[in-house]
Amino acid sequence: MLEEYLPIWIFMLVGLGFGAVLLTVGFVLSPHRPDSEKLSPYECGFEAFEDTRMKFDVRYYLVAILFIIFDLEIAFLFPWAIVLDEIGWFGFGAMFIFLAILVIGFIYEWKKGALEWE
Amino acid sequence: MFELILTIWQDAIALLPDVLQPFAAIISKIVVILMPLIICVAFLTLAERKIIGYMQVRIGPNRVGPRGLLQPFADTFKLMFKEIIIPSNSNKFLFVGAPLITFAPAVAAWAVIPFDEGMALSNINAGLLYVLAITSIGVYGVIIAGWASNSKYAFLGAMRSSAQIVSYEIAMGFALVGVLIASGSLNMHEIVVAQKGSVLNWFALPLFPLFMVYFISGVAETNRAPFDVAEGESEIVAGFHVEYSGMAFAVFFLAEYANMILISALAAIMFLGGWYSPLAGLGVVSDTLFALPYIGWAFDSGFHWLFFKIAFFLLMFLWFRATFPRYRYDQIMRLGWKVFIPITIVWLLVAGVMVLAEIPPWFDKGGLS
Repeated sequence: MLEEYLPIWIFMLVGLGFGAVLLTVGFVLSPHRPDSEKLSPYECGFEAFEDTRMKFDVRYYLVAILFIIFDLEIAFLFPWAIVLDEIGWFGFGAMFIFLAILVIGFIYEWKKGALEWE
Repeated sequence: MFELILTIWQDAIALLPDVLQPFAAIISKIVVILMPLIICVAFLTLAERKIIGYMQVRIGPNRVGPRGLLQPFADTFKLMFKEIIIPSNSNKFLFVGAPLITFAPAVAAWAVIPFDEGMALSNINAGLLYVLAITSIGVYGVIIAGWASNSKYAFLGAMRSSAQIVSYEIAMGFALVGVLIASGSLNMHEIVVAQKGSVLNWFALPLFPLFMVYFISGVAETNRAPFDVAEGESEIVAGFHVEYSGMAFAVFFLAEYANMILISALAAIMFLGGWYSPLAGLGVVSDTLFALPYIGWAFDSGFHWLFFKIAFFLLMFLWFRATFPRYRYDQIMRLGWKVFIPITIVWLLVAGVMVLAEIPPWFDKGGLS
């Protein structure tokens, strides 16, 4: 079964290679006449001011953390979903309790306003 | 004709040294998948402009070639000869690498898509897991592009875009778990076979809410209208790829459209019965239709049905863009977190109960295949 993964590796390499070829073709065929105005960051006609790597809203960070929690939950659900036929109602009950605990956390987040965007 | 080409090709491969033969076979299969995909992407861009044009009572592109059919090629050649600008204070290596990181997963995911019975490049056990894993790599390209550009618009676009993609990925993951519960397998081939029978056996019926959530999340994942705040041209110009030009931009563009086709293909495979014909399983009606001379095969299951289903979902993508106004960012996040996640969690439990209670016609043992 593991040899089935060889085509996938090759496909990834072909994908990367194809993209690289496209970029190379672009670099070779296109003109290359840089000047300092052209190479400055685009800011709708203004001179660029301040550094771009500025502070950003903490809510993006919050979204990332919540994403990790829920994505892990999905990772737990995957094997459970596959064998649900075999583990029957007992397995269903176990996962129900697990989901219930997570839903309590989800409701807490919701009430605390972690999901609000003004 | 088809068999002849295949035989000649196999003979050609047999001439190679033994070590290279499997690689040559794999690479020729990859080319057979990749080239039509790229051509589909090219004509999807034309279809988008034409269809949205007609929806807005315009003609759309009609100058290059008959009825504008050669427009995609004109666009490609134009982009090829445009300068690729690398901004002076960008991180050059990451700047050039980001399009590749977005593009490679968008095409590599096609390795496990079954096009017809037994027709997949690689029939791995963990097919769906692989798709979920590889499509989520795409978001790195977005973040890296926005960061490496060192431009405020690109940075803001990348932040918004990545937050949106990860939010909808949760709803999407839950919807996939629903499909797993229903099919009991991660293998893409077995997921389709589990929907064998008539239209009533397709998972779109028992898992209807998950189907809706999956497709809408797919639209949000690919940053398409009405969820395209990341590149909302009226406020942050083009989002994370504002600094990209020429072929570097074209690679992002290709990746976006390849992802649209991928999402459509996955929706067709997981919820609309993949390559199965909607006319199958109708008793006498389907028997007579399939037995018709010359055109009978067109009604029977096969690759062409998967193609039609993908085309249907792609039309939906374009239709959404022509119909809905852009969502506000807080509305997008609210929809993802407060509507889709509760719906999917509830429907997962419903799906679990349906499977365990063996509700016919979907989950009764022995009734299927």
